[in-house]
Amino acid sequence: MAAVADTLLQLSGVGKRFGGLAALSDVALHIQRGEIYGLIGPNGAGKTTLFNVVTGLYQLDAGTFTFDGIAYSHCKPHVLAEAGIARTFQNIRLFANMSALENVMVGRHLRTRTGIWGALTRNAAARAEERAITQRARELLRYVGIERPHQTLAKHLPYGEQRRLEIARALATDPKLLALDEPAAGMNATETESLKALLQTIRASGITVLLIEHDVKLIMGLCDRMAVLDYGKKIAEGVPEEVRQNPAVIAAYLGGEAA
Amino acid sequence: MNGWRSAHESENKNQATENTEITEKTGAISVASVFSVANSFPRMKFNHKSKLLLAVLAIVLLALPFATDALLGRGWVRIADFALLYIMLALGLNIVVGYAGLLDLGYVAFFAVGAYCYALLGSPQFGLHLPFWIVLPLGALLACVFGVLLGAPTLRLRGDYLAIVTLGFGEIIRIFLNNLNAPANITNGPQGISMIDPIRIGGFSLGGTHELFGFTIPSVHLHYYLFLGCTLLVVFVSLRLEDSRIGRAWMAIREDEVAAEAMGINTRNIKLFAFAMGATFGGAAGGLFAGFQGFVSPESFGLTESVMILCMVVLGGMGNISGVVLGGVLLVLLPEALRNGAGPVQQALFGKTLIDPESLRMLMFGLALIVVMLVRPAGLWPSMQRRRELTADDGVALQEQDTVYGSSR
Repeated sequence: MAAVADTLLQLSGVGKRFGGLAALSDVALHIQRGEIYGLIGPNGAGKTTLFNVVTGLYQLDAGTFTFDGIAYSHCKPHVLAEAGIARTFQNIRLFANMSALENVMVGRHLRTRTGIWGALTRNAAARAEERAITQRARELLRYVGIERPHQTLAKHLPYGEQRRLEIARALATDPKLLALDEPAAGMNATETESLKALLQTIRASGITVLLIEHDVKLIMGLCDRMAVLDYGKKIAEGVPEEVRQNPAVIAAYLGGEAA
Repeated sequence: MNGWRSAHESENKNQATENTEITEKTGAISVASVFSVANSFPRMKFNHKSKLLLAVLAIVLLALPFATDALLGRGWVRIADFALLYIMLALGLNIVVGYAGLLDLGYVAFFAVGAYCYALLGSPQFGLHLPFWIVLPLGALLACVFGVLLGAPTLRLRGDYLAIVTLGFGEIIRIFLNNLNAPANITNGPQGISMIDPIRIGGFSLGGTHELFGFTIPSVHLHYYLFLGCTLLVVFVSLRLEDSRIGRAWMAIREDEVAAEAMGINTRNIKLFAFAMGATFGGAAGGLFAGFQGFVSPESFGLTESVMILCMVVLGGMGNISGVVLGGVLLVLLPEALRNGAGPVQQALFGKTLIDPESLRMLMFGLALIVVMLVRPAGLWPSMQRRRELTADDGVALQEQDTVYGSSR
């Protein structure tokens, strides 16, 4: 495929087992810098497992994965976050009893340095950093379109805004790769449309997006390339149009015989 | 991105900017709120009021030992001293339990470490009489080390499991202190260590009565002022940490550890730091306790003490400094008031003491806890966010409205 220098994330031969169940086996894929890459598959196909492997929540059993030219294995999630992979969760995992603003401010933790001394003395450097954190957090909240008072507790935001808040929090870590686990789940058509616009804006700002989604219309209209997982194996990869016509994909979704 | 901004923009935006102003002001003036009385309010409006409040509070706190002494007797000044010690302990535990959400049932162990450090290095036990200003920080530091030692193996544990391990740790320390009198006598075992040096700052001993500025100030009063100073320092440190990058990381871990980790927080370090910080406060309070009491023995550091401190945090309002202070005051004063009051009241009513005041005290205490948990589950003085959580009908209503009207809202 294209020049290796342009590959942001590369998986080869990735496997993950839970006891006797092979959640992922021999998965290979590569994501180019600046693209929106879709990951689809029936329920239980291993999409979220793949996410968890890439973000360090699970350790892989086989294979390697390389991010931005560096190989990672057995890394803690915070190391991968620092490397530039940020994620959202399928079941929203916000810091429910913190305000929307604070949620995003936590995302800045990684890129800021104030320690105990700065916190206690509130010296000039600490104050400046705190101001910068707050300012960036506010910008991001506006960027994703949360117009409610920023002091609202995360759990009191309406569902669609909670999803967007998760995206804002992930963006606050200055990621190179933004991994979204079913961001449109439970959204209505209007909300999905705005989400699509947001994702395009994010991509235009130079951030690569990895997207798990069930909304086929959204993913077909949005992704540059996509892969299909079924029973932990990659059964198809390519531009949406190719994938749509791939007989193995049709079989996986409709349960027919592979032609 | 423009797609997100719809017709309701202007209205909401006004709200948002208003909010911005309030928080920015609050951030700027927070230095003034040493006692966090005004912490839960937008201080912009209450600034003059809160300054006045602080001044009144300062006078009350300064005059308290003399007033108590005159009205209730010296014993109550001593109780006030203990209240301050317990407030320090409760604030230390609040960092671990209230901020970072790590349930620690062995917190008294750090109190014990600080107290025994002072007792061993400042008593005839080993003939060492190191000065206060060395022994106290050393005790705090040692407790801090123990905090990390306890924290390290429990990093993977959460909730109940963490509580059980910390409970075990607390007991281990107590049993160690109880048994370290043989083969080599280190802690003097169950007899404890007595004749501990009084707290001495320079040539000024807090152990005796002094004449200062024309006042006669007895030892308990002097301790009161020292403890008050230390408590204010602990409050200050807690306030500063709460509203900082580290404080936010603690709360993120409390709310959702997996998400916190995925957002790039090194949960191991941040949790260890919470343990260390809480333990340091505990150790410092322990040193003050040893110097004040002049005597330490393992039985002062049992599980009941840990539970008591935890009760102060939970009852007062987890995560809210004012609440924790209130919890500490109430849980020290109320049992004492009951102990002193129950006997005479029964005498007056029935002509004899029907129920032993000591058992009545525990009974009332238990009842009070149950009532508080039923009526105010988030504590007597919950943190702003927990309060919002409980009175959040508007938030819920908005959410329902959203569900009904979808995005056309």
